[in-house]
Amino acid sequence: MDPRPLWLLAELTYRCPLQCPYCSNPLDFAGARFKRELSTDEWCRVFREAKALGVLQLGLSGGEPTLRPDLEELVRTAHGLGLYTSLITSAYRLTKERLAGLKGAGLDHVQISVQGADADLSDEIAGTASYRDKIAAYHYTRELGFPLTVNVVLHRRNLHQVEALIRLAESLGAERIELANTQFYGWALHNRDALMPTKDQLAAAWQVVERERARLGTRLEIVWVLPDYHEQFPKPCMGGWARAYMTVTPAGEVWPCHAAGRITSLTFENVRDHPLDWIWEHSEAFNRFRGDQWMPEPCRSCPRKAQDFGGCRCQAFLVAGDAGVTDPVCSLSPHRHLIDAAVAEVEQAARVEREPEAWTYRAAPASRALATKG
Amino acid sequence: MIPVTAAAIPRLHPKARLQRDEVRGREVLLYPEGLVGLNATGAAIVALCDGVRSLADIVATLERRYGASGLERDVAAFLDGLAAKGLVLYGP
Repeated sequence: MDPRPLWLLAELTYRCPLQCPYCSNPLDFAGARFKRELSTDEWCRVFREAKALGVLQLGLSGGEPTLRPDLEELVRTAHGLGLYTSLITSAYRLTKERLAGLKGAGLDHVQISVQGADADLSDEIAGTASYRDKIAAYHYTRELGFPLTVNVVLHRRNLHQVEALIRLAESLGAERIELANTQFYGWALHNRDALMPTKDQLAAAWQVVERERARLGTRLEIVWVLPDYHEQFPKPCMGGWARAYMTVTPAGEVWPCHAAGRITSLTFENVRDHPLDWIWEHSEAFNRFRGDQWMPEPCRSCPRKAQDFGGCRCQAFLVAGDAGVTDPVCSLSPHRHLIDAAVAEVEQAARVEREPEAWTYRAAPASRALATKG
Repeated sequence: MIPVTAAAIPRLHPKARLQRDEVRGREVLLYPEGLVGLNATGAAIVALCDGVRSLADIVATLERRYGASGLERDVAAFLDGLAAKGLVLYGP
């Protein structure tokens, strides 16, 4: 069997105490589709099947994964299988005792988000007072000897803090800081006009990143996730559809990435109905965009197709209405005007100093209201 | 980055872990959000980076094991590659 997956993102729950308006979880996360969470035994079976299939890297994410009381047991099982296990958390109310227990269970790496470089902005963006817990948890990871990644989703309201965020990660002794420019899926797409930065903001932040990379060398790895609307060519999304990566959602659906569930033209299988290897190898959804046979022009004859795999299927579906066309971010796409219009709208608003619209916080009542609206 | 010297003691960064990849029949070095696939020689070198042996010790061990000589340059280049990725640190 080729390709085989290396990465599994286990979204243990969509419950979350934070309400970030750029959340990558589905808009209908509070709906019936995600309600019946997998049990401890079901997750352990998923991990065993994933390892047998070739997975080596496991991300324990959500929602907020520490809301699962069985997290320690899940980590112990994953560690026993030899998986390199990362906890991806908001650190809300995360105690040193809990982290120590997870260390004992074999957790390899901790990634903690922060929404801004100071309490005021971070808490405002998160919609929940959480900055203090995060700073405390950063220090616990140091004391316990975990490798630490500081993760920040960047957008219009916090891009000016890039330097302060890098300095924060440096002062904590973190191994990595992930500066992830907002990718427009899920809640971020819903809140796009409020979140999208201006070109000037991005250029200024990028200058800081280049300067700080030169200063810090290997002491602190600075990952810069490209703002793809502002690029000429699409990102090589997930290294290609169903080539190396899969996501299992809280209720057991398996997706080629954490945004794919929104593609309503595909049917996704569930680990409750099929073994993971069957889903990876034989399911319609995983095979639909594997390789390059599905590609239309301009991808089909494009020399870049081996590099960017036609870009992102979710973005093609969400922006152009068809998951089977070239990523509209590509300057060669017949749908690029849709991206240009969204960027131009933000530039125009900035020129006349019009305040962006208020965003919708990610929360269960808003999720249910949006699901009813369709 | 300063290249490794014969007296330097290479050790794995605590974020990195050597792991058997049964499915693909190889060893891999796993670290946050990444991995490096290793061939048999690479895996043997990494396994000897125990924070006690110096580069000279590691080279001597490998030369004995494989009945070879003059391995120092290749081993040093391999370790410098991992050090550039932040996966190997040089002591004492």
